[in-house]
Amino acid sequence: MNEVFTFALIFAAIRSATPLIFAGLGGLFSERSGVINIALEGMMLAGAFTGAVVTYETGNPYIGFIAGMISGGLLAIIYAVACIQFEADQVVAGMAINFLMIGLPSLISGAVYDSAGSTPQIDKSNLLPNFFNSLSIASILAFALVPAAWYVLYKTPFGLRLRAAGENPGAADAAGVRVIGLRYVAVVISGLLAAAGGAYLSIGQSSLFTISMTAGRGFIALAALILAKWRPIPVMFACLFFGFMEALTIQIQGVVKLPSGEDIPVQFIQIIPYVLTIIVLAGFIGTSRAPKALGIPYRKEN
Amino acid sequence: MNIAREIFWPLVAVLAAFVVGGLIILLLGDNPINAYYLLLSNSFGSLRDIGWTLHYATPLIFTGLAVMVAFRCGLLNIGAEGQLYVGAFAAAWVGIMFGGPFFNSIAQQEENWSWVSLPAFLLVPFCIIAAIAAGAVWGAIPGILKAKFGSHEVINTIMLNFVASAMVAYLVQYHYKLPGDAIQRTAPIGDAAHIPKINEYLTFLPHDVPLNVAFLLALLMCALVYVFLWKTKWGYELRAVGENPSAAEYGGISPGKQTIIAMTISGALAGMVGIGEVLGKEHYLETGFSAEWGFLGIAVALLGRNHPLGVLIAALFFGVLLRGQIFVDAFTPRVSKDLGWVLQAIIILFVACFQIYTRSKGAKVRA
Repeated sequence: MNEVFTFALIFAAIRSATPLIFAGLGGLFSERSGVINIALEGMMLAGAFTGAVVTYETGNPYIGFIAGMISGGLLAIIYAVACIQFEADQVVAGMAINFLMIGLPSLISGAVYDSAGSTPQIDKSNLLPNFFNSLSIASILAFALVPAAWYVLYKTPFGLRLRAAGENPGAADAAGVRVIGLRYVAVVISGLLAAAGGAYLSIGQSSLFTISMTAGRGFIALAALILAKWRPIPVMFACLFFGFMEALTIQIQGVVKLPSGEDIPVQFIQIIPYVLTIIVLAGFIGTSRAPKALGIPYRKEN
Repeated sequence: MNIAREIFWPLVAVLAAFVVGGLIILLLGDNPINAYYLLLSNSFGSLRDIGWTLHYATPLIFTGLAVMVAFRCGLLNIGAEGQLYVGAFAAAWVGIMFGGPFFNSIAQQEENWSWVSLPAFLLVPFCIIAAIAAGAVWGAIPGILKAKFGSHEVINTIMLNFVASAMVAYLVQYHYKLPGDAIQRTAPIGDAAHIPKINEYLTFLPHDVPLNVAFLLALLMCALVYVFLWKTKWGYELRAVGENPSAAEYGGISPGKQTIIAMTISGALAGMVGIGEVLGKEHYLETGFSAEWGFLGIAVALLGRNHPLGVLIAALFFGVLLRGQIFVDAFTPRVSKDLGWVLQAIIILFVACFQIYTRSKGAKVRA
């Protein structure tokens, strides 16, 4: 077992947790304001694609990272207009955003680089830098954002209003909170953060964008958000746990065997976050209560 | 007129999506008229085209009906993708374990993995029932969780999708794959489990068209779902819960029970996708064989205004796109087949937005 539980595993867990923390915090802002965010996956893909393209074209990963975030923010505006202005079903609109990001990156990359499957390889020296051997600057940023998100949500007037918009928008409105405006801001923050997670995947962990490279991480982040009962610090721990699981899956390949001498099927570990979420939602392990007004469009009464 | 009102907004959504898609094509430096001509003109020109279009529409009819039935009960079933995987695996499993000897194309020898070798008239119904039952069970789980614990079906069905695909991937990789096969797929099902292709009856249809009798089953299901929902007491109760759960409960209908029934039927319909794909077309199950059909079912149901006839029309329209995008890919300089994805996404987004103009009647998803 000592071959498995090493420092390398801890670093691998942090690397795997990084995109989840970005997306999880993103989902946190949106959902605490009352807007479900099933579109995290699509927003991550936007960041991953734009991040890779801009980094490849400019040779600067920081510009790429910021451009990736902005693309997520722009996508979030489309999502916000659909959900808030048009009161579209948030789950359906979210799925549409995810669909769009399956197709659009390949469509663009097929037209521009003549390869629909992926963007060109970025030179290794132009990727986001690592510290202490293998700790990305993006990982440090992700962990730094956790207390920042906590502070913003719980210690600022903005955070108080945002949470009020998600719990009781009618009362918040009566108290002078601009619910609609707040929800727009929250969804855009959500897009910026989720896209940062995506950008880390393409220009930090990897060196190019490939179709659907987020591989369900947006949904794992959503699961982490639910397990964490929509609170920032627990979101980090839930993401770390899922990151650890992912790292472990890779690490035990060919090392740890079942008593029968066979490899442990990776699928058994992969499903843990999903099964855990179902169990927690059913109330078998504590209760996870969503913000009260989650998913309900707000219409100002005159 | 009522019908005109029903089709107005879906039509606007489709047209608006084509306008936005056209702008994207222009930005990419290609000709939208040419791309759209290729997209839409290759679906009905010949018998082969029509056959392929109907084939592409078949799984979407099943998943569209699945999403629709749940929606009529006020539930959003995002889980058709998982339900169809479980159903397809069940069909393949029965086809292998009761299908008799098969030729192992990797080892180049005759093999027999089955417990019992059943004749076709028993094996085919057994495979079909397995697909339906497995899908039904996978759909019932989030139904029961919602009815008993109040946990939201959207999150649970998303999670169950991942569980289903991981489980099927495990079973294929570790237990039902031909040793040495580079593709993640099961061993072939027995010949007796095959269902007929349409060109066996209509011999003028080209032999490469995989359209099979599952399409006819899909048409039958449209009719059955219509009769069930609008002509039976059970359908009335299910819709009553969708329209107004508290009023239904006051009238003596249990919302919890209807939730479980609706999700079970929904899962069963999604499970039927495996009939056409495994028994009719491939004759094995390949992991990842579904091109997001479960999710497209949501688009089909919405575009079809949650009516079986609308679902049929919307599924055929998506079949046209799926057929046409291959030609766009091949014959335009810059536009790839991903145009289909983008158009579908924009259509869903517009349909979802335009519901604000049509929402006054019918079911609304319960929070």
